[in-house]
This record gives sequence, C-alpha cells and structure tokens, in this order.
Amino acid sequence: MKSCLIVDDSKVIRMVARKILTELQFTTAEAEDGQQALDSCKANMPDAVLLDWNMPVMNGIDFLRALRQLPGGDHPVVVFCTTENDIEHIQEAIEAGANEYIMKPFDSEILQAKFAQVGLFEQG
Amino acid sequence: MKPEDFDYVAQMLKTRSGLVLTKDKSYLLESRLMPVARKRGFKGLDDLVAQLRRRDEALAADVTEAMTTNESFFFRDMKPFEQFRDVVLPNLIKTRAAKKSFRIWCAAASSGQEPYSLAIILKEASARLQGWRTEIVGTDISREILQKARAGLYSQFEVQRGLPIQLMVKYFKKKEDQWEIDPALRAMVQYKEWNLLQDLRGLGQFDVIFCRNVLIYFDQPTKSMVLDNMSKQLADDGVLYLGGAETVLGISDKFKPIPGQRGVYAVNKPGAPANGASLGVAAV
Repeated sequence: MKSCLIVDDSKVIRMVARKILTELQFTTAEAEDGQQALDSCKANMPDAVLLDWNMPVMNGIDFLRALRQLPGGDHPVVVFCTTENDIEHIQEAIEAGANEYIMKPFDSEILQAKFAQVGLFEQG
Repeated sequence: MKPEDFDYVAQMLKTRSGLVLTKDKSYLLESRLMPVARKRGFKGLDDLVAQLRRRDEALAADVTEAMTTNESFFFRDMKPFEQFRDVVLPNLIKTRAAKKSFRIWCAAASSGQEPYSLAIILKEASARLQGWRTEIVGTDISREILQKARAGLYSQFEVQRGLPIQLMVKYFKKKEDQWEIDPALRAMVQYKEWNLLQDLRGLGQFDVIFCRNVLIYFDQPTKSMVLDNMSKQLADDGVLYLGGAETVLGISDKFKPIPGQRGVYAVNKPGAPANGASLGVAAV
C-alpha cells in the first residue's frame, strides 16, 4: 500500500482528498502547513505528497524546496493542488521539483488521472 | 418518459446515427434531452416527442446531436497513445520514408481531445518528422461539438483531464478562464462533419484509424458494416484502435487483433501482409 501526505490548511480539502485517496488504496497522513509537513516527512517519508501552495507558517513551494534537500527527499512524488492557476506559478512549481499540478477546484477524476500519470497507480 | 415515446426516439436515433438505446439507458435519454427541451421552450419531454412526431427536422438533428456527444479526455486511457508513439510512429517513419507522409483518422473526434493528443505526439517527435507531411483528420456526427474542437478552447476541468502538466504548460495558453491550444497544433488537425453510417470513401485512405468508444453504441450489424467500410479506407499494413470495451472478434473478419497489444488491430484482407509486417507490431 502506498502512502500519501496531504498538506493543506483547509480541513475540508484534507477531508475530501483523504476520502478519494483512501478509495484509491492509499494510506494517508495530514499536515496543516509546510513546517508540519516537513516534520512529518523527516519522521516518515511518504510515497506521495498532495500539496497546497498558500498556507501559514511555511508555504507549499518552500516546503517542496526543503523536502528535495532532505535525505530520501527525492523519493516522494509531489502533486501540487492549488488555486494558483497561472503559467508562472506552474513553471515555478515544476522547477522546484513538483511532478504534477492540479488546479483547484478539482474532482476525484482529475486527482485519479494525475496520480496515474505520475505512476502512483495503474489506471483501470 | 412514456414507453411509446422512448421507442419512437430510440428508433429515430437508430436510423439517423446507428445509436442503439436500450431501456436501461432511459435516464441518459432524459438527462440529455431535458436541456434540448428547455432550449426549445417545451414544458417537458412529452411535448418534445410530440414535436418530433411532426417531423421537425431541426429538432431531430438537435436530439441526435445531444445523444451522440461524449465527454472526452486528453490521452484517454494512455496505453493506446503510448503504443502509437512507441510502436506505430517509428514504423510509419521507417516504412513511409520514401513518400514522407501519412494520414491519421480520428473517427469520433468529439471536442478534439483525441486528435490534439495525437498532434502533441507528432509535435514532440518533430525532429524525426522534418520535411514530412502529416495529416490528422477528425470527424464527428455532431456539428456543434466540432465547432468546439476547432476552437481549441477548454475549461480548467477539461484541460486537466489526462493532460500531463508539462504538456499543458508547453501547448496551452490561458485565455481568461479557459485554456487555448497552441495554434500550431490546431492547424495540424482538419475537422469534418461525417456520419460513420455514410459512405466513407470521400475521406480518402489512411494509415492509422482511431475509432474508440463509438462502436459500443451500435448494434451488431451496424458494427460489422462500419468495420468493413473502415477496412477499405485503411492501408494494408495500417492499424485500427478500438476502445477498451470493444472488439472485432465475432463482428468483422476484416481486422485481427495484434497479439499482446490490447485494443490494436491489423488489417485482415487478401493481400494484407502477415501480422509481422503490420505497423502495429514492434520491430524485433
């Protein structure tokens, strides 16, 4: 079973994402900001990270850059999931090491398709 | 909807488009036709069918269109596109080296995601296609959906369905709240309104045909007829792609499955090369 860390300051988004990912047979952990997420990765490196951009304490892009510096930090497949939907943000995310990018609002189908594209599971 | 009304609409759809609507699909009929009824100012589907019975040609066309339009994805199911990119395209480049041209037909182009996915693959391979003339023809029965395909404008939801982010950034531009495909890709696809039950000869000869998730709507004799007609438009070493739930087995002997390549079929007719020479077979 693969693991996914859900990083979002919105409790509702975390809940929706958890429900979809559980259906896709992922075990999930959650963090409310980049710092919590980084601590979580140091303790337990996940296979995937679903990552919001704008969060208090530490934002998503700073977390991603810090994650990629950690030992084993190149392992997780990182999928951004944010309302930032302009080309500049998307480029910046890719350059920082994001594997995929979801523009909110999203649905179960988009999340599934994006996870399949980056090889996190076989699409049915 | 009254059973006799359902039967009337089902019969009309069968005649006009080949679409077979079984009783368990009545929810589909109702959900697709309610917007048409509203647009025309009918109180409900009873009034809509009553008007259809008066032989309202424009309404019949609208109803057919509403029922034959399907949601589409970029790189739908991924595998067939990978197979095209990794097996068929290199074979085309090798076997068509003398004339430097080939033609691809998307037989149910819908809102353009499939032909544009193929255009992206060709664009990504452009270093190997210098000086080649490649054609992608997208046909659909629905005029309205082809207008959308031609426009190449997609909602944020649509552009995220199946399209890897790197390709989205590379080939799409944000235009207000929509995403517009690169004009160079748009120019690679030629759209034509075409009913698969019509004579296909006017479309010319193709090297590759994508006909995915269309046959499932047809009954057995219609499937056989369409497949037989398609085989005549396809090069002897050409390939046909069908949807995951579709097959030629027991329906047409004009095609044969390519072993190990799900959904990919080789031409099976006198003079066609043995399986090993089909474009769909990987070089050893």
